[in-house]
Amino acid sequence: MKYDKNSYKQVVNEYTPKNKMLRNCVYAFIFGGAICLLGEVIKNIFMNNFGTPEQDASTISSVVLIAITALLTGLGWFDKLSKIAGAGTAVPITGFANAVVSPALEFKREGFILGTASNIFKLAGPVLLFGYFASFIVGILSLMFK
Amino acid sequence: MKKIGNQTFQIKDDVFVRDTFTIAGKKEGEGPIGNCFDIIVDDDLWGEDSWEKCELKFQKEAAKSLMQKNNLMEKDIDLLIAGDLLNQITSSSFAARDLQLPYIGVYGACSTMALSMGLGALMIDGGFASNVICVTSSHFCSAERQYRLPLEMGGQRHMSAQWTVTGSSAVWLSNGGFGPKIKNVTFGKITDLGVKDANNMGAAMAPAAYDSLSQHIADTKIKYDLIVTGDLGTVGKSIVNKMFNEENNSIEDIYDDCGTIIFDLEKQDVHAGGSGCGCSATVFGGFLYKKLLNKEINKLLFTSTGALHSPTATLQGESIPGIAHCVGIEM
Repeated sequence: MKYDKNSYKQVVNEYTPKNKMLRNCVYAFIFGGAICLLGEVIKNIFMNNFGTPEQDASTISSVVLIAITALLTGLGWFDKLSKIAGAGTAVPITGFANAVVSPALEFKREGFILGTASNIFKLAGPVLLFGYFASFIVGILSLMFK
Repeated sequence: MKKIGNQTFQIKDDVFVRDTFTIAGKKEGEGPIGNCFDIIVDDDLWGEDSWEKCELKFQKEAAKSLMQKNNLMEKDIDLLIAGDLLNQITSSSFAARDLQLPYIGVYGACSTMALSMGLGALMIDGGFASNVICVTSSHFCSAERQYRLPLEMGGQRHMSAQWTVTGSSAVWLSNGGFGPKIKNVTFGKITDLGVKDANNMGAAMAPAAYDSLSQHIADTKIKYDLIVTGDLGTVGKSIVNKMFNEENNSIEDIYDDCGTIIFDLEKQDVHAGGSGCGCSATVFGGFLYKKLLNKEINKLLFTSTGALHSPTATLQGESIPGIAHCVGIEM
């Protein structure tokens, strides 16, 4: 064969279809924006109608978005939405919720403890680890510069 | 010596491909060759409680139905050669548990159908067996969860990614009877040109396909009516065409790929095409075998292609070893 690893790499690049970057960015902007708008609407409903303080209303808004995502994931609709929205659903808290619920569902068949419980953070694990680590660093910094 | 050229085994005695039985999933049934399959299963669990159990049921039912259709008893079958994509080839071994036939489990990733047919033909030609059943399967859901991400995890698939075929086909090889005959078998060499992208299997396997095909053609010097590869998809297929064109030995007019035959690439949203052990198996069992019987094609070079990687190896930065096995069949 006349190809080696380097020359074949060029052939692969030439023949591999490119992902539709511009279209994906536009959809991600629209869907991601819509989800954040929905979050704001939920927050305002709680603040204006139930007199919830702003910080609590923000938390409630996140919880509601997580609940909606979990429901849509369970119904098998979220992945269909994500196929169009891409980063639009992955970046907001909906992406994190989906990353926890989808393995939980998938590993149910291997049992509750060794299946679901062992694998539930399979995808979200890195987010949790680096989240904890970042908060640890920020905590130390805030102690130092108090 | 029954070996010709560098790498090809010539089958001297009659080895007939006597019959096939093919079961496919819903999406495959809706595809362009959907009407060729014996059974189409609409439910991705087929009444079982996991995808893995469903996949083994595909294999078991394909083999059983093939035997029933031809009034074959267990004692008539000398050997069952089977394989699939799952770890420890559980679909095959668990199906064989119920079939109660002497069993050889093989793993060749998506190349398993040609691998098992080739081995079966050698067994018969060697005089060790009279009747062999070869069966392979894959299931979109069980493959996704093993090789990629949980099914309900949202995201966008790469344009070069392929769609694992849900399906199984059982093929009955025999030393007596009628039908198309297996004439030449070429087992491929592992070919790896450094592709590491598990979302671009077609590109990873194309050099192996080119290597085996050109070796087989050089060894046998047969002019085939149709050459098909297993699951290179659009990317791999165009690379194979390019490689043959560069050697001034274009096969473009007689070459196709099972991954592009089984799905309507535009309408069914499968990106680069179908893949999996079930891809070349169902296309051969359902579609190509009937073309041979009807004498629409007389000389078929059936070449299944496999990417012999694992998720662990990919994470460790290994490139993807490709393989292709050729089975030359003549009516």
